[in-house]
Amino acid sequence: MNDLKLTCLHDLHLALGAKMSPFAGYDMPIEYALGIIGEHNAVRNACGVFDVSHMGEIGITGEDAEFFVNRVFSNDVTNAPTGQCFYGMMLREDGGVVDDLLVYKRGHNDFLFVVNASNIEKDEQWILRQAEGYRLCLEFLSEKVGEVAVQGPEAEKVVEEVIEIPCRELEFYTFKELSHDGDTVIISRTGYTGEDGFEIYGPHDYIRTVWERLMDSGRCQPCGLGCRDTLRFEVGLPLYGNELADDVTPLEAGLGMFVKLDKPDLVGGEALRRQKEEGPRRKVVGLEIQDRAIARHGCDVLSPEGEVIGKVTTGYRGISTDRSICMALIDARYAKTGTEVKVQVRKKTFPAVIVPKKFFKKSYKK
Amino acid sequence: MIYYSKTHEYVRVEGDKGYIGISDYAQKQLGNVVYVDMPDLGDELEKGEDFGAIESVKAASDLIAPVSGEVVEINEALSENPRLVNADPMANWIVAVAMSDPAETDDLMDQEAYDAYCAENH
Repeated sequence: MNDLKLTCLHDLHLALGAKMSPFAGYDMPIEYALGIIGEHNAVRNACGVFDVSHMGEIGITGEDAEFFVNRVFSNDVTNAPTGQCFYGMMLREDGGVVDDLLVYKRGHNDFLFVVNASNIEKDEQWILRQAEGYRLCLEFLSEKVGEVAVQGPEAEKVVEEVIEIPCRELEFYTFKELSHDGDTVIISRTGYTGEDGFEIYGPHDYIRTVWERLMDSGRCQPCGLGCRDTLRFEVGLPLYGNELADDVTPLEAGLGMFVKLDKPDLVGGEALRRQKEEGPRRKVVGLEIQDRAIARHGCDVLSPEGEVIGKVTTGYRGISTDRSICMALIDARYAKTGTEVKVQVRKKTFPAVIVPKKFFKKSYKK
Repeated sequence: MIYYSKTHEYVRVEGDKGYIGISDYAQKQLGNVVYVDMPDLGDELEKGEDFGAIESVKAASDLIAPVSGEVVEINEALSENPRLVNADPMANWIVAVAMSDPAETDDLMDQEAYDAYCAENH
């Protein structure tokens, strides 16, 4: 327990009475007094704020930066203006996912990678290895940068009026940079909840001020990682370690639109072009269980004959939709919507049916 | 008389019947309960073995039998409204068993000992 890292907001979570738990090496808030369901609904209906300072940040600049980023990152960053965010993955040569991440294009040959906390070290090593021979300046910024995510239909008003950052002009998946006491602050219209919202990066003292102002305003519910997971799950967003892994490809995960296979130098591109041609043998699907039982990460998915065809990657009793739903990585032959399968939960099996994995409709401001 | 196990189940003994549920401390730790996986009538519970699970939004926790016996009643209300466990865990027992060995409560904790156990573990 003593080795756990603390975010710059840790003491403020304790003061709010948060239930804390280790996550990716950090002692993180799972829920506050209101509880996961209340926090989840606050984000769907009003506004919530998450401490996501555990996320990793890596700066990539230098003469070869754009070429390098376009090589190690699955999406295409070349023909976009400064101020654009991209979602995508870093890929292994065999097409497996090293990590999924956001890339911020801060200028020509100037990029910021925002990566999963659980993968920071692996990503840094991966990038260092790939960077050999390129003229680059790499900055590993995770320990210096704090981050909060303000999410929900009222997020725009709250950010403008409480944090006093004009943000209504920001389009979905764009960002801008501000100067704060000589430090840089980044605000982007991005998030991981399926709602409109913003992510704000800055030095620790600035992020603390933002958090405290949000709490003092009474207009923003503090939200833990518990509802962050239920929110992203309901709108079918993947979580690395669940739907994505070193041995799962973006095509299997249904994220092919974020992989630009026409980029000749993309690391992992060759393997994925081949997989696309042959068709992936496994797919991440949505499942609805015909019972109240909940299938969790790791539960077996069975064919009607009882043969194991895959595993559940995330499962919940839906909060916005009162159904037992999960995502699962299964044999592609069973992946068609409407196919009947079975799910093993402890000692019992339950009938389930393949459904689209967007269990709840996103409400992005586009 | 109510007895508690170290895994936070209780058994309320009425005659040779034992009403089994989870403690107030346990429901607080779990948070919002969304599903209770219960055994069937007639199933034999064995002390120390899991007989079902209780699920919060976040995760499933095994239910461990504090005493042995045949399941003679099931709290059906929990299948429709599992959050009753949060509202009043003592009134909302999960199953009742015909206790096969009343002496099995000997190594369980009474209220006072259990309160001390929770305070120590917190």
